[in-house]
Amino acid sequence: MRVALFVTCVNDAVFPATGVATVRLLERLGVEVDFPAAQTCCGQPPFNTGYRRETAPLVRRTVGAFEGYDHVVVPSGSCAAMVRHHYPAFGPDAAALGPRTYELTEFLVDVLGVTDVGAYFPHTVTYHPSCHGLRMLGLGARPRRLLESVKGLELRELPGAEECCGFGGTFAVKNPDVSAAMGADKVANAVATGAEVLCGADNSCLLHVGGMLSRRGVPLRAVHLAEVLASTEEEPWR
Amino acid sequence: MSGVFVGMPAFPEAAREAVRDGRLRANLRHATHTIRDKRARAVAELADWAELREAGKRIKDRTLRHLDTHLIRLEEAVTAAGGTVHWAADAAEANRIVTELVKATGETEVVKVKSMATQEIGLNDHLETEGIRAYETDLAELIVQLGEDRPSHILVPAIHRNRAEIRDIFRTQMGCWGRPAPDGLSDSPAELAEAARLHLREKFLRAKVGISGANFMVAETGTLVVVESEGNGRMCLTLPETLISVVGIEKVVPTWRDLEVFLQTLPRSSTAERMNPYTSMWTGTTDDDGPQAFHLVLLDNGRTDALADEVGRQALRCIRCSACLNVCPVYERAGGHAYGSVYPGPIGAILTPQLRGTTSEVDASLPYASSLCGACYDVCPVAIDIPEVLVHLREKVADRGGKGHRLEKAAIKAAGWVLDHPAALAAGERLASKTRTLHPRKLPGPGVGPWTESRDLPELPAEPFRDWWRRNRGKNRPEPRPEDRTGDRP
Amino acid sequence: MSQTSRDRILARIRSAVATAPEAPEVPRTYLTRHVPDGPDAVLDLLHENLADYRAHVHRTDPAGLPGLIARLLDERGARSVVVPPGLPEAWLAECGAGRVADGPGLTPAVLDSVDAVVTGCALAVAETGTLVLDGGPGQGRRALTLVPDLHVCVVRAPEQVVASVPEALPRLDPLRALTWISGPSATSDIELDRVEGVHGPRTLEVVLVRGARTVSGGPATDREATDREATDRR
Repeated sequence: MRVALFVTCVNDAVFPATGVATVRLLERLGVEVDFPAAQTCCGQPPFNTGYRRETAPLVRRTVGAFEGYDHVVVPSGSCAAMVRHHYPAFGPDAAALGPRTYELTEFLVDVLGVTDVGAYFPHTVTYHPSCHGLRMLGLGARPRRLLESVKGLELRELPGAEECCGFGGTFAVKNPDVSAAMGADKVANAVATGAEVLCGADNSCLLHVGGMLSRRGVPLRAVHLAEVLASTEEEPWR
Repeated sequence: MSGVFVGMPAFPEAAREAVRDGRLRANLRHATHTIRDKRARAVAELADWAELREAGKRIKDRTLRHLDTHLIRLEEAVTAAGGTVHWAADAAEANRIVTELVKATGETEVVKVKSMATQEIGLNDHLETEGIRAYETDLAELIVQLGEDRPSHILVPAIHRNRAEIRDIFRTQMGCWGRPAPDGLSDSPAELAEAARLHLREKFLRAKVGISGANFMVAETGTLVVVESEGNGRMCLTLPETLISVVGIEKVVPTWRDLEVFLQTLPRSSTAERMNPYTSMWTGTTDDDGPQAFHLVLLDNGRTDALADEVGRQALRCIRCSACLNVCPVYERAGGHAYGSVYPGPIGAILTPQLRGTTSEVDASLPYASSLCGACYDVCPVAIDIPEVLVHLREKVADRGGKGHRLEKAAIKAAGWVLDHPAALAAGERLASKTRTLHPRKLPGPGVGPWTESRDLPELPAEPFRDWWRRNRGKNRPEPRPEDRTGDRP
Repeated sequence: MSQTSRDRILARIRSAVATAPEAPEVPRTYLTRHVPDGPDAVLDLLHENLADYRAHVHRTDPAGLPGLIARLLDERGARSVVVPPGLPEAWLAECGAGRVADGPGLTPAVLDSVDAVVTGCALAVAETGTLVLDGGPGQGRRALTLVPDLHVCVVRAPEQVVASVPEALPRLDPLRALTWISGPSATSDIELDRVEGVHGPRTLEVVLVRGARTVSGGPATDREATDREATDRR
C-alpha cells in the first residue's frame, strides 16, 4: 500500500503541526507515509473564486505529484472535496485522483478500519464539522467516533454544529461583515460548551475561528483533529 | 426586473448595515431557526424523500429541454378550456398586457395573490402609474405594502418584521388603505391575522379583477395550480369576474401526474407542512364557477438567457419554496434586502444575475454572497447545485474583469505561479517563518485588512511542514533544490 | 405584438437548448404511498392528520349523520347554512338553521352574511390530511366553501379516502375546478410560526361517515363517472 500525504498549502505554510501529527498518527498505525515534494495547492482558492483557467495548472501539478500512489491522505475535508468533486471537470487524469483521495478520518475509519487509534487527550473537546467534510464528503459520524475512542477526552455537543463558521475562503475577505458575524456565532456556541478545545478537521476554518478566539482572548484553543488523535500518553499534545 | 431596487449598493455594503441592525438580526434568526427544524421533521416523515427530490429535478430538467413543446401544448389546452394566452418577452410587455386587460374591464382596482413574477416585473408600480390600484392580499405582502417596504423573503416577504412592528404598521397604515385596524390591536399573531381578515374582506367581496401567479402549469391539461395558506388566493382566484395570471415560462410541467411529486415536496420544503391549507387548481374557465374570463400571461424576462447557460439553467428548476433562504447562514445575517432583488438568498444569488445580467454593482456581487457551505443544496427539493452555479457565475464575473477583478486576477496568477513552483513556494514559506516575529497579528488597509478587523492572524510556524519533513523523514528522497539541507531525525 | 413575442420566446428557447443533451426519462422510484394498505389504518391516519392541522374531526354512520350535522351547526351558532346543489336532503333533515340555496342572487356580499356551508367532497387524502372538492354534486361552486366562516365537510369512508397524493391525482378530473383543503385557513407570515384563521373558513368540521352509500348513491355514481373521464383522457 503506497500512501502519500497531501498536507495542503495552508498546513504546509501555517499549520505544519497538523502535518507532523498526521505523519506520526499514520506511522503509529503502521502506515508508511510518503510526502511527494512536488505537491503545493489543490487549486480550491482560485477555483472557488471563479478562476478556473488559473486553477488548471495546479490541478495538473497535484495529479502529477500523486501519480502512482494507492491512497492520498488529506488532513482537510475542504481540499479532499475539491479533488473529489471538482477535479473531474479537469479531465480523466484529474478525475482518477478523486477515488484515491481520502480525507484523514475517511482513511482511518474506511481504509484502516480503526476508530480507536490509541490516542490520549485529557481535555474537554467540542467538535466543529466543517461544511465541505460534512456536506460534500459526507463524513458523518467518523470524526465523532474517532474522538469518542480517545482516552481521557470528554466530548461536548456543539450547538448549531452544522452551521458554517463563515470562513468560506475569499468569502471572508469579500464579505467580511457577514463572515465575522457567522464566526462570532460559532465562537459563542463553542464557548458555551465550556470546552477547552475546539476541534475541527479543516485548518482553514480553524484559522478563522481561532483568529476570532485569539482576538477576544477567549481561553479556548482551536486544534486540528489530527493533533488530538496523534496525542498519546507518552507524547501528549501540549 | 423591477426598478424598485435600482441603485442598490453591492451586497457586502448592504449586508454591513444589516449585520449591525440588532433587531433585524434577531427577527431573522428567530424566524429562520423556527422553520429550519420544522422542515427537517416534515421531510424526515417521507422515507422516499431522496427519490422524490431526484424525480422533481429530472421532471424539471426534461421539461426545460423541451420547453417550447410544453408551452405550445399548454397554450392549446388553456385556449381549449376557455382561457386566453399572452406571451411577454420582458417586464415592460407583461406590464403593458396586464394593464390593457384591466382597463378593458373598466375597473380601477385589482386584488392580488402573492406572486413572485408580478413582483419581479414591478407590476404594482406600473399599474399605479396607469391609475389602477393593486391590493396585495397575502398577509406578508400586505405588511410590505402598508409599510411601504420591500420584500425580503420569497415565501414570507415581511420576515424582517416582528409581531410588534407589524402591529404598528397595521395601526398606523390600514386606515389609509381601507378599513382601519381594530382598536386596541395587540401583537398576538392571531389578532394580527384577524385584523388582516377584516381589512381585506371588503376588498375581496367587491373585487372584479384578480391577479395571480402560479406555482405550476400542467401542459397536457392546461391546469394552473396555486398553493397557499390563508385563503386570500382562493378569494382572488374565485370571486372576481376576470382573472389574470402572470407566470414564468419555467413553471410548466408536462403531465398531471407530475404534480404528485411537487405537491409532496413543495409544502414540506416551504412551510414545513404535510400539505398547505389550500391548493387551487383550475383549467381555463368553469361555467357558473369563478371568473368567466381568464388570461394567462407567459413571461420570459431573462429566463431564456438563463436557459442558454448549461450550468446556470438548473436555477430554472426552482419551485420557490425558500428552503434555501431559511437554512442559509449568509441570508440569516444579511437579510433579504441586501440581495437587491425580489429573489433573495441563495436562489436569488444565482437567479438574479442570470435574469438581469451582472452589469450593476449589486448583481455582480451576488455570486460572491456565499461561503459555499452547501446547506442550500442539501435542502433544495429539486437539487439545484447552488454552490456549483455560484462558482460558475463568479467565473463569468471575473472573466468580464469588472471593478476589482483585474487586480484580483493578477494576484491569483502570481499566487498560481508560486504554487506551481514548489521551490519558490518553499523559499517564500521559509522567508515568512524566519521573519515571523516581525509579523503583526493585525493589519491595516484593504486586502487582508477586513480579515484582521475581527480576527488575529495566526502566528507563523518556525518552519513550514516541507522543511520538517526534509529534516526528519527526507532521507533518500528527491529534492526540488539540491542546495536544500536534509535534516536528521530527532 | 403578442404573436411576435410568442415567436421570439419560442425561438429563444429553441436556440438556448439546441446543443443541450437529451434529458432522460424521469425515474419514478418514489413510493406511491407511505402507509400500509388497509382501510382502517388509512382512515385513522386521515383522522389524525386532519386533527393535527386543527380541523375538528367526527365519526358517525349514515343514521347518525343528520343529527351530527345539526349538532355541529347548532354548537357553532350557525343560523343560516348554504346548501350546494345535489347535497343529499337527508344530511340536513334535522338541521334547524335557515337554508340558503345557491343561485344568481347569492353574490359574494350576500354569501358573506351566511354563517355556514355543508358539503360533501370528491375525495380525502390520508397522508396529508387533505379534502379535495371538485364542484360535483353536494359541493357547489368554489365560493360557497370559501366565504362562510364555518365549513362542515362530509367524507364517505372508505370509498372516498385514498392514502396519498399519488393515489389522489388519477382519481381527479383536471378539467374541473379543484380545491384542496388541509385544515382551516392559516398563515405562517408572522415570524414563520403557523396560526390558524385568516381569510378562508376559520372553522373546519370534518365528518367521516362509514357506509354512506346507503344514504346517498348519487355522488358516488357521479364520482365513478368522473374517474372514467379522467382515465379516458390520459
